[in-house]
Amino acid sequence: MNEPEPAGDRSTATEGLDAHLVVDRGDFRLDLRLHVAPGETVALLGPNGAGKTTALRALAGLQILTDGHIALNGENLDQPGTRGAQRPRWVPPEHRRIGVVFQDYLLFPHLNAIDNVAFGPRRRGTGRAEARALAAGWLDRVGLGEFGKRRPGQLSGGQAQRVALARALATDPALLLLDEPLAALDARTRLDTRVELHRHLAVHAGAAVLVTHDPVDALMLADRLVVVEEGRAVQEGDAEAVTARPRTDYIARLVGLNLYRGTASGTTVRLASGAALTTGEALEGEAFAAFSPSAVALFREEPDGSPRNTWRATVSGVHRHGDHLRVQLDGPLRTAADVTPAAAAHLGLEPGQTVWAAVKATEIRAYPA
Amino acid sequence: MRAKPVLATAAAALALATFTACGGDTATDDGAATLTVFAAASLTESFTEIGDRFESEHDGVTVEFNFAGSSDLAAQITEGAPADVFASADQKNMDKAVEAGAADDPQTFALNQLVIAVPEGDPDGVTGLADLASLTFAACAPEVPCGAAAQTAIDASGTDLTPVTYEADVKATLQKLTLGEVDAALVYRTDAIAADGDVDAVEFPESAEAVNAYPIAALTDAPNADLAADFTAFVLADDAQAILGAAGFQQP
Amino acid sequence: MPAKQTRQRPPRRTRRRRRIPAALLVPAVAGLAFLILPLAGLLARAPWTELPSRLAEPDILAALRLSLITATAATALSLLFGVPIAWLLARGDFPGRGLLRALVTVPLVLPPVVGGVALLLVFGRNGIIGAWLYERFDITIPFTTTAVILAMTFVSMPFLIVSVEGALRGADARFEEAAATLGAGRWTVFTHVTLPMIAPGVLAGAVLCWARALGEFGATITFAGNFPGRTQTMPLAVYLALQSDLEAAIVLSLILLAVSVAVLASLRDRWTGAVA
Repeated sequence: MNEPEPAGDRSTATEGLDAHLVVDRGDFRLDLRLHVAPGETVALLGPNGAGKTTALRALAGLQILTDGHIALNGENLDQPGTRGAQRPRWVPPEHRRIGVVFQDYLLFPHLNAIDNVAFGPRRRGTGRAEARALAAGWLDRVGLGEFGKRRPGQLSGGQAQRVALARALATDPALLLLDEPLAALDARTRLDTRVELHRHLAVHAGAAVLVTHDPVDALMLADRLVVVEEGRAVQEGDAEAVTARPRTDYIARLVGLNLYRGTASGTTVRLASGAALTTGEALEGEAFAAFSPSAVALFREEPDGSPRNTWRATVSGVHRHGDHLRVQLDGPLRTAADVTPAAAAHLGLEPGQTVWAAVKATEIRAYPA
Repeated sequence: MRAKPVLATAAAALALATFTACGGDTATDDGAATLTVFAAASLTESFTEIGDRFESEHDGVTVEFNFAGSSDLAAQITEGAPADVFASADQKNMDKAVEAGAADDPQTFALNQLVIAVPEGDPDGVTGLADLASLTFAACAPEVPCGAAAQTAIDASGTDLTPVTYEADVKATLQKLTLGEVDAALVYRTDAIAADGDVDAVEFPESAEAVNAYPIAALTDAPNADLAADFTAFVLADDAQAILGAAGFQQP
Repeated sequence: MPAKQTRQRPPRRTRRRRRIPAALLVPAVAGLAFLILPLAGLLARAPWTELPSRLAEPDILAALRLSLITATAATALSLLFGVPIAWLLARGDFPGRGLLRALVTVPLVLPPVVGGVALLLVFGRNGIIGAWLYERFDITIPFTTTAVILAMTFVSMPFLIVSVEGALRGADARFEEAAATLGAGRWTVFTHVTLPMIAPGVLAGAVLCWARALGEFGATITFAGNFPGRTQTMPLAVYLALQSDLEAAIVLSLILLAVSVAVLASLRDRWTGAVA
């Protein structure tokens, strides 16, 4: 997916963020290309340790690039100059038009909410009174007009999150960075705050990059997802594309799909394990095959009349998943199946038991790997 | 659990140490004895030598010294420190011990006189107190004997000399001179002599007005009363007087 | 939960009701007795009737005044130089930092009298710097009030450095990053974020430093000498009084003690009052 960059040639000033982030840290290497248009929100989604936060820190100027570049609205912010033609350049964080909402907000404990929000404008040359008025306006906008005199210690988690957002936005950043902005909140507050955050992101004129390991945050807040694993982008696209056609186990698990990789030949995808799946769509070559756990039907005896996929499997685990039960199956395919409690009772499901699993060909999506 | 035996051992060791420490103070059956002498700091060198001489003439006797400022020693003695002999650098502190009933019948065993200590070779050509007017000099604080003596001598000279610093003791006064921070220092002759070649001592007539007398006395509660009397007599006798004389003291 | 949330104090009452384990209480009480009993001893021996007349003595007033002025000046100097040193030790990244940290604590270990001699060897009339000052500008530092302040600074600055460095290490450096992303340069970050956040540590260090400077004796008398009104601070006056009159020394010590406790207590009230 990543073509090599033409050496030193990015003469056309791109609006928004254009970055190729390369950071070496011991054994770990982050190598990520990122383009975010003004007004667009891109979510970096990935498991812990995937390098998302490193990417964010590099964008903010808190981490120096080993290689690659960062350009914001045409201005080079970081360019190590490892390619001959380029002059090295690094703009420190305080001179980047970037706003950051940190995971635990990092509101200055010695300043009240107003002064926290006014901090950025003050540093960028706005007069004291004007900065405070601006800050008060931002607090109003995030619904905390009454809380200006409170110190961070006197704010709830959700309030602190909104103050942090107001503080980041008050400098009118060309790029807004959000590091797990909702991770520190309890479930209830999270719901409200997410809606609120979405509203602000929608009207934010600059580019925005959101780092999260929560697919719901990513799906609801971002226009586009970049799935990062082990320092690399493994999949990119809008929410629909990524969830419908996951390309890694991580994403498949996140969106709740069974995912297999194999070689397609017509409507058959043959997996490395030797098992074969019959799919609804014809395809040739390397392919993914995916189906939802709810598409799996379980039987005590081998079902008959089958243009569909059936196989013998062993129950390895059963646990509650929403209003149904999720059954983990071992066998030729490691599969998750969702059944109703009634069906489970009927089947008498318990670990170690052998069952027959069946999936209709039309329920299996196949797409090129 | 494991700490307990260790603690017990430590306690036992401590108890033993305390016991032997107590036992060491008094005469034991085989005639060995320890004589404890509290002596003014200015007597350190000469009394150490006198102590050695005394030990060699008294089989089995060990002389232990506690050298410190006379006022500290007087305070320790009146607070009941177990000592046999007190040798003070001035009459005042001996009087304190006598008044407290701790000492009896003190006798003067040495005199000490002030000199003007100057750097070796006397670069400023100091010949008397009057020369100090144009120099910086150090003296002891009036609260300590050498300072009181210095003030008496200055008053006797009819001059209006003021030192640049009033040091807490005579050694510190001399140190300011050896470090080169002052041009001269008013110190005892014994201290100037003890400083060896680094300083020269300039005698001046007014020092006769402020002669310092060193009294010695056996203490009334001396653990070794006889030895204490012996030592006091020994200090007043010729051998010890010769040692004191070599250190710069004058005979009473 | 953000870290700040946990800082909120629980209501006083629940705090007081919490029981203190005996394993802590017993040594704490024994230790307190050890610290406080000597003071009680002084109080018991103090000739209280002498106190007013002592306080009226011009020499004592001069010594007290000099002590307060010089200790405060030494604290100011320590803040001026000590806070940057602490920052360097806590945040700097350079070879030999460990060695530097050890060197900074040298004045804590060095007997103060030796410290005074060391100062003489540098700033004295024949010292490395002192000789130059004397020949060039006819300036001598020993036996001046400046020397008192320098001696105090020498022995008390490490207390400030150690305390501030501890505070800096304890402070979350990510707040500084947050400030940088908001447009604050490194100096502004230091003055507007780092310093306010470690203020309690700086204050504690300054108090320690001031108290140590106030009680300073050895380095002062060695380096600055003893001259009433110019270099004779209270500890020097106490020590000399001790040579002739124990009770006078006790009275002077108690005066010094009372004044320092009064100053620290009023400072503390003002400080906590400002925060609340």
